[in-house]
Amino acid sequence: MTLEITGLKVSLGGRDILRGVDLHLEKGRVHGLAGESGSGKTMTGLAVLGLLPHGARATGRIDLGGRDLLTLPPRELNKVRGGQVAMVFQDPATSLHPMLSVGRQLTEHMRHHLGLGRAEARARAVELLGKVRIPGAEEAYGRFPHQFSGGMRQRIAIAIALACSPRVLIADEPTTALDVTVQAGVLRLLRGLCDELGLAVLLVTHDLGVMSAIADEVSVMKDGLVVETGPRGQVLREPAHAYTRSLLDALPGEPGGPAEPGGKA
Amino acid sequence: MSNTASGKTPLPGRGPEQARARRRGAHPLARFLVRRLLTAVLLAWGITLVTFVLTNLVPGDPVAANLGQRALGDPAIVAQWRAEHGLDKPLWEQYALHLQGLLQGDFGTSQQSHRPVAQDLAEFVPATLELAGAAILVSLVLGVGFGVLAALRRDRLSDHLLRVLSLVGISVPTFWLALVAFYVFFYRLQITPGSGRVDPALGGAPPVTGLQTIDALLAGRWDIFASAAGHLITPTLVLALYTIGLLTRFTRSAVLEVLGQDYVRAARAKGLPGRVILFRYVLRSALVPIITVAGLAFGSLLSGTVLVEAIFAWPGIGQYAYKSATTLDLPAVMGVGLVVGVVYLVINLIVDVLYGVIDPRVRLQ
Repeated sequence: MTLEITGLKVSLGGRDILRGVDLHLEKGRVHGLAGESGSGKTMTGLAVLGLLPHGARATGRIDLGGRDLLTLPPRELNKVRGGQVAMVFQDPATSLHPMLSVGRQLTEHMRHHLGLGRAEARARAVELLGKVRIPGAEEAYGRFPHQFSGGMRQRIAIAIALACSPRVLIADEPTTALDVTVQAGVLRLLRGLCDELGLAVLLVTHDLGVMSAIADEVSVMKDGLVVETGPRGQVLREPAHAYTRSLLDALPGEPGGPAEPGGKA
Repeated sequence: MSNTASGKTPLPGRGPEQARARRRGAHPLARFLVRRLLTAVLLAWGITLVTFVLTNLVPGDPVAANLGQRALGDPAIVAQWRAEHGLDKPLWEQYALHLQGLLQGDFGTSQQSHRPVAQDLAEFVPATLELAGAAILVSLVLGVGFGVLAALRRDRLSDHLLRVLSLVGISVPTFWLALVAFYVFFYRLQITPGSGRVDPALGGAPPVTGLQTIDALLAGRWDIFASAAGHLITPTLVLALYTIGLLTRFTRSAVLEVLGQDYVRAARAKGLPGRVILFRYVLRSALVPIITVAGLAFGSLLSGTVLVEAIFAWPGIGQYAYKSATTLDLPAVMGVGLVVGVVYLVINLIVDVLYGVIDPRVRLQ
């Protein structure tokens, strides 16, 4: 078990946002986390990295290699962030700093966490850009985010997340802001990296089509609770919970069946 | 551009733009600078035209303002005076002569002091620049510092205190503050020196830059430097208070806005240390609105110097402008207008260049 979340509760301003979430992520597996907006799936992802909004209180346990991330002192938590648990955000147009070069954003945390020199970090950054299939990696290194398309930016964001060889990757709606035509490519890339690097991936999405494309396990959340969890085929084909069934029924065109990746309307 | 995942996509970015840049062999920032400089030259010419036309359009006869009652009654003297100052020629010709003179550094002769305007300006402008420059420097350091502090300690005691301070700074009229400061610190407490730029007993440092403090340092005269700095403190703070208040409020809101951006959360998720996030991620973005306001604030600071100079008997351009305007000393008024216009131009140029330095999206346009 790479990452184990048990009984995670989060309250914000007197409201319970998470009411006892249990999730288990394993090496080399993609765990999909589905649910409608407001069900708490994004909060679950943020809680792992201690990035909850100001004033939020979290209890329970988030275990990574025997340590509880919720009680880690800030300095230690900062080593885990980016170093062992990395995150890819929904919209690469806003999650990359528009005034810092791609190279800068790729290397700064490598140099900080891994203590690499400028040249080493640069070499690794170019290698990473190649790995996420950015054409002309050498040239891309010196460019700025606005000079890339949305799909390319999300690939860069993924490269940044992978730079320090984390064990866990949290991808929060990584394809929602992208054109349908490039969604499939980014998802394939995520799946491939998960297999190749033995990453434990938490894929947060409201899109069951995305889920059925690459998830190994699927958990469904509603009102701050996980209502159903299991292997993809089981959850998506024979949903045990009424809420999962209603989510599946809401998919256009294919009643009860999983849609093709990126095939949502 | 909609890239597919096949890997056959064209190079991202602006292909033709990049190619053009390479052909000219110029760094994008250098080309950006050249473009801005050319614009500035054009604007400077515009300023000469506007100051000339406005000055000549004002209702008011310089003849009446400069000649005595008896001389005014004599048409021959009036005609001679007009001819002497070139006022008998058509306006366009006057402008051409004016422009030709400017290019040779000739601003005309003041009708009041009978000295070249250029000489007057060289004497008064540095005093004002020293005061305004010190004030903007103090405002930037304190205003931005306070603003960042207030944003980081949002809704805590220090934030509330700074809010009150900035409100006071923005609301208190400069002339009133100048009078009170003069009365309290000089007359009552006697902890600051009185009027002027430097203790008259010391004389002054040999003028190099015209800035008393810098000249004193260049001459190695610590006694003069101490006196000049002492004279500078009160008027600087009086002049800066408004800008400090303004920049505190602006910086606070700019930093708070940036703190809520996705890329700041992404930087936290990368485990970067707090100070790196603050300086590299937050301040860089927040600086764009801050320098915009700072540039504008410098303008209002310059006009604020007129009052402060009057109260602290600071021999600056504000006093000179007031004197020239009331006597309709047209060459002097035009000279002041031109200098103030060029100062604005330079400030704007600096702000523009800073945009380009900070934000690659500006210089890569």
